[in-house]
Amino acid sequence: MSNSMKSNMVSNQDKSSPIFHILMHLLIGILFGAGLAISEMANPNAVLSFLDVSAIFTQDSSFSKNASWNPDLIFVMVSAISVGVLAYAIKNKMTKPKFTSIWRLPSKLALDKPLIFGAILFGIGWGLAGYCPGPALTALVNNPMEGVYFLSSMLIGSFAFQAISTMRKT
Amino acid sequence: MKFINSGVIGGVLIGFAALLYLLLYGRVLGVSGLINQTAFNKSKEQGTNKFYLAMILIGTLIGGSSYGVFFEPQFVMPNDRSPLLLIIAGLIVGFGTRMGNGCTSGHGVCGISRGSSRSIVATMTFMVSAIITVYVTSRLFQIGA
Repeated sequence: MSNSMKSNMVSNQDKSSPIFHILMHLLIGILFGAGLAISEMANPNAVLSFLDVSAIFTQDSSFSKNASWNPDLIFVMVSAISVGVLAYAIKNKMTKPKFTSIWRLPSKLALDKPLIFGAILFGIGWGLAGYCPGPALTALVNNPMEGVYFLSSMLIGSFAFQAISTMRKT
Repeated sequence: MKFINSGVIGGVLIGFAALLYLLLYGRVLGVSGLINQTAFNKSKEQGTNKFYLAMILIGTLIGGSSYGVFFEPQFVMPNDRSPLLLIIAGLIVGFGTRMGNGCTSGHGVCGISRGSSRSIVATMTFMVSAIITVYVTSRLFQIGA
């Protein structure tokens, strides 16, 4: 156990240079960010006009140019999840990740209160401004003022949760 | 109707990024988790190289800057929204994603892909919560638009 823990850094069996891993991580981020940009999920108005579901019936969304409802987030989710399902099917045929020695997937199973309340809160904040954490990052380039306001307060919110839960434990 | 839906192309790219991160490094591509681990050392587990995590975030910025390059945007970027709205929303998103251990990418894409019941419940919950929020703010009170 402790042995596998120690060997988990990218990676002792792997001979690739750190530069290679830096570039791979950069590439993963670039693909992800390009996905947010191309699908327009990087634009809060595209997200809000999806969440504004009454526009399906009334065709009067204040978030889109032509006032119609934007179904695109469904396409984004379904296609991303389809590739994701493929990824886990391939994973199940592998004994370990290519460059590290163990899988590090979340192990929690309980449907507990923090999960539910956290998701409710996240949904409220997402619906208020149209930013979830990924698009909030890309806003730093595409809409810098909004990105700075949102992202800095997001860090404070996260820190506040950490501080409160540490206080309650001690 | 666009010839090829840009949502599908974007979704495939997002899924492919998650596929690479999983199969190469054995991890879940969740942005709130990456930000928290980079900023706060949330994870005390060994083998978390913050520098690599930060590279994913920087890559996301680079990729995100392609907005409007490959497709003509169908939506106008919001430009004169109240800073107060953004600050309140940011605080709630930061607090909520930390409490619920994930956001749209971690729960919504990666978690659902691996069939995690926690992620399926979380995603349904934040979707409904966001839809109600937009209804209340933009339809009942007409703020944030």
